[in-house]
Amino acid sequence: MSGANRIAGQGRLTPARTARFTFDGKTFDALEGDTVASALLANGVHLVGRSFKYHRPRGILSAGPEEPNALVDVSRDAARRQPNVRAPVQEVFDGMKVESQNRWPSLAFDVGGVNNLLSPFFAAGFYYKTFMWPKAAWEKVYEPFIRRAAGLGVAPTEEDPDHYANRYAYCDVLIAGAGVAGLSAALAAAEAGARVILCDEQPEVGGALHYDTSVKIDGQNGYDWAQATAARLEAMENVTVLTRTTAFGYYNHNFVGLVERVTDHLTRPDRKLPRERLWQVRAKRVILATGSIERHMVFANNDRPGIMLASAARTYLNHFGVAVGRKVGVYTANDSAYEAAFDLKRAGVTIAAIVDNRDKPGEAVLAEARKLGIEVLTGHSVVDTKGKLRVSSMSVARNGGGSARAIPVDALLMSAGWTPSVHLFSQSRGKVAYDAASGRFLPGTYAQDCLSVGSCNGTDALQATIEESLAAGELMARATGNEGGGKVELSGENAFDWTGGMAGSGEGAGVDTTVKAFVDFQNDVCAKDIRLAVREGMHSIEHIKRFTTNGMATDQGKLSNIHGLAIASEVLNREIPKIGLTTFRAPYTPVTFGALISHSRGDLFDPARKTPMHAWEEAHGAVFEDVGNWKRAWYYPRAGETMHDAVNRECRTVRNTAGLFDASTLGKIEVVGPDAGTFMNLMYTNAWDTLKPGRCRYGIMLREDGFVYDDGVVGRLAEDRFHVTTTTGGAPRVMHHMEDYLQTEFPHLKVWLTSTTEQWAVIAVQGPKAREILEPLVEGIDISNEAFPHMSVREGKICGVPTRLFRMSFTGEAGYEVNVPADYGEAVWEAIWARAEPLGACAYGTETMHVLRAEKGYIIVGQDTDGTVTPHDASLSWAVSKKKTDFVGIRGLKRPDLVKEGRKQLVGLLTKDPKVVLEEGAQIVADPNEPKPMKMLGHVTSSYWSENCGRSIAMALVAGGQSRMGQTLYVPMPDRTIAVEVSDMVFIDKEGGRLNG
Amino acid sequence: MLLIYCPYCEEERSELEFRHGGDAHIARPANIADITDEEFQDYFFLRDNPKGLIFERWRHIHGCGRFFNAARDTVSDKFVMSYKAGEPKPNLSGEPTATEKTVETYEAVEGIAK
Repeated sequence: MSGANRIAGQGRLTPARTARFTFDGKTFDALEGDTVASALLANGVHLVGRSFKYHRPRGILSAGPEEPNALVDVSRDAARRQPNVRAPVQEVFDGMKVESQNRWPSLAFDVGGVNNLLSPFFAAGFYYKTFMWPKAAWEKVYEPFIRRAAGLGVAPTEEDPDHYANRYAYCDVLIAGAGVAGLSAALAAAEAGARVILCDEQPEVGGALHYDTSVKIDGQNGYDWAQATAARLEAMENVTVLTRTTAFGYYNHNFVGLVERVTDHLTRPDRKLPRERLWQVRAKRVILATGSIERHMVFANNDRPGIMLASAARTYLNHFGVAVGRKVGVYTANDSAYEAAFDLKRAGVTIAAIVDNRDKPGEAVLAEARKLGIEVLTGHSVVDTKGKLRVSSMSVARNGGGSARAIPVDALLMSAGWTPSVHLFSQSRGKVAYDAASGRFLPGTYAQDCLSVGSCNGTDALQATIEESLAAGELMARATGNEGGGKVELSGENAFDWTGGMAGSGEGAGVDTTVKAFVDFQNDVCAKDIRLAVREGMHSIEHIKRFTTNGMATDQGKLSNIHGLAIASEVLNREIPKIGLTTFRAPYTPVTFGALISHSRGDLFDPARKTPMHAWEEAHGAVFEDVGNWKRAWYYPRAGETMHDAVNRECRTVRNTAGLFDASTLGKIEVVGPDAGTFMNLMYTNAWDTLKPGRCRYGIMLREDGFVYDDGVVGRLAEDRFHVTTTTGGAPRVMHHMEDYLQTEFPHLKVWLTSTTEQWAVIAVQGPKAREILEPLVEGIDISNEAFPHMSVREGKICGVPTRLFRMSFTGEAGYEVNVPADYGEAVWEAIWARAEPLGACAYGTETMHVLRAEKGYIIVGQDTDGTVTPHDASLSWAVSKKKTDFVGIRGLKRPDLVKEGRKQLVGLLTKDPKVVLEEGAQIVADPNEPKPMKMLGHVTSSYWSENCGRSIAMALVAGGQSRMGQTLYVPMPDRTIAVEVSDMVFIDKEGGRLNG
Repeated sequence: MLLIYCPYCEEERSELEFRHGGDAHIARPANIADITDEEFQDYFFLRDNPKGLIFERWRHIHGCGRFFNAARDTVSDKFVMSYKAGEPKPNLSGEPTATEKTVETYEAVEGIAK
């Protein structure tokens, strides 16, 4: 047998199928199908962790995802390690390594346990109060200390080697939860012909039927009926049944996120399988059959290992064949716990006593207890427990303050009733309503096309649940247009209907007591903490939650919610619905980042865009820089060259000889149609009607507020056809901006816009030898200076392929931009390079391009402008038409602030010491001796060492800059103040003669 | 994630395919160069940010690329209808907008039960 506490003949696992795993280094046997929790309990291990704040010994509280205590670190190998795994949810596989958390040096002896003794100093809200002073200590002392002391698991350090899948799915009816309710609803919907997805978080369907062995459906044992029903559903073409699949988030328009755990339970998973699969389901209708979660009792020292939910003990016995103790006590306010006692008793476990805080439990369970010879103490409560690492006794007293007697136990089961799981309903933005009669929140107003059925809807009786679920399944199927099938009928019977339930603190843990009666185990929140929060002025449950951390983290109200509300309600003397309810946040249970990001990692996180010449650039040693998603050749270092050396060489070579530059990333938009000229006139500040076909012009695009939005050279190929270029980063937004105006403001214009950025490879050939390089390769275009002057465009052929050849320059040298269809880009580049290299030309990258353009004072939108710069501020008034009566931005330019004196204007800066290169972004002041705060005049926008000028050059936005020519200003830096002189922005070839060479 | 009906594709598509485009039915003045500062301020800068029904522009940017208009409730996030650009603003005065049923406070937004 795998574990001394496994009871022969009990449970559904196969004794022959075993698996071995280690817990804190010790090897244990388990059965296939065990969870970490059931396997540990089978081996008599109750102590599995230390609590978050007080480091108290903790055991296994539950048998489900609500588990607050038994959080362990599970690993398959060094890289496949996951902290904070809930032991009752993780299935055991052979070779699994499990470690307890939040303890040092060992689980049984934990130094951090001193926090428990110091707990008077760690009252609710203590973080907010204690670590206020000195301020500097927070970052260096307090926070690291608190994080280490109060953390739970340790995050893995290795990269996750697994992969994760993502799937979109559509269905008529999505059903969350495959217990009696979910299965019934699925059957009815599927029989009517609906496309159904049924999901459940457990490895098998059945829900409460895992433990409730008294249920019979259509005469069959409930659990067997569930498996048979799932098999029947799986066989239907219109149904998908997903187990180990949690519906974790319910979003707008019936969009529900599911996460399927595909391999975490397998000993040797097929590496082709994803570890987890995210399902993004859009359902026409949703049925929530999420069941309910048993509440614990709130009494002194209710957190010792061995104290657990009654239904959990029943699950461990009836499903896993494990007795959680040999002498078990029960403390309840609800009939359901009696059935746990009955099942254990029949399996041979001693029941020390059932302590019922009610005077009148249900008569049927009372009679059955009597028949089985179990002592029932009605009107009594458990007021304390003993036992260091596991509960050893419970102190029982008559309600109202009788003397307590200690009853030895090695496990204590508790039940304060059941809390409907309205999490997904609440996430759907449905409004819950408080049902005073049953003391619980139930689905009230629906916000989406969904229905709740079964116990999450407050429907307790079995037959009522079945009928409600069948009806809902059929209704949702019909509502989505399915007309098949007949009525499905099912009949269920169970042994006992349950009555009772309580909320809030029990005897001995009430107002004026200071005992540790835990409300939220995971966050170490006691009843007294909630009272303290109220005393300190937190009257809204949202404030109480944040002050105490009650219900935070993975709990999300599963266990703590109702108790917390009831305790606050008692102290505030206000009814529960008046206190409100905290929001149930998605996800319902923790979801791995892996599942959420799926394949969007590594190279696929943000796909790189590469130009057609990328491979050549790589082969020629280019260093790349990221520009948006583009990889652009930054500079081409030769052996032994630093970046500075390479850029200086490239800059010299372009001006003295020639250079090749990959400009393919420039945005390109084809503007075509009979009204193309009119449209261009509206979109850009320039006058386009005067631009003749075959000519180019530098254009400026504004937003309606008058600020520069983009710029670029535009070639007119024909009366009705413009080749527009944009900045590399601006291409998508410029296209969007143009489409916006064309579609919504100027729809009468006959114009068609096409993005051609990726259709053209662009090779800039710049420098005195540019023409010599290109001339023999070009066919059908006379590229002589006279026939093809600066700012011209022609269509023809180069190296036998079609080209749009531009005579233009972003360097100040005579130059060309060769546009060829992208597929020919590399071949044409190679052909040009074969001509260029022997003539002494070089390939240059974006850094050299930046320096060369700055030497000429050509701006870069987004670097020298920042969304608050007008064309006038940038000395580009010449490009703004004074004759046009309309263009986007014409009115914005006249705004009072935009025509005011003293605006920041773009100017050149020359450092007094020519060797000093300013820092981009550095601030500029007029008086370096002014006391702080100094008046900032502006900032440096571009700054470089210019090899061609033999000195540093810079551009800057300076208040009133154009009227400060020749003035000395200062750039204060941390270690010194740099004196600069304001100049114009053209640092080389001020007459522009080289352009026309 | 919202589903949005594109009046050009005549289909409900996922929000991922769309881009929001600000308030609808704000016409660019034909004589824009001549309007006063106040008129320009109203046209370009000032928006209502209503609680309840709003008319706004959307673009099916990863679909057909068309701009269209939609009426949406800013409280419930529900789309009342969508229609092609250039069509007149529909009269939806009969539609429910922010009513007393609508939550009023931070606490209420955070899930207080009525």
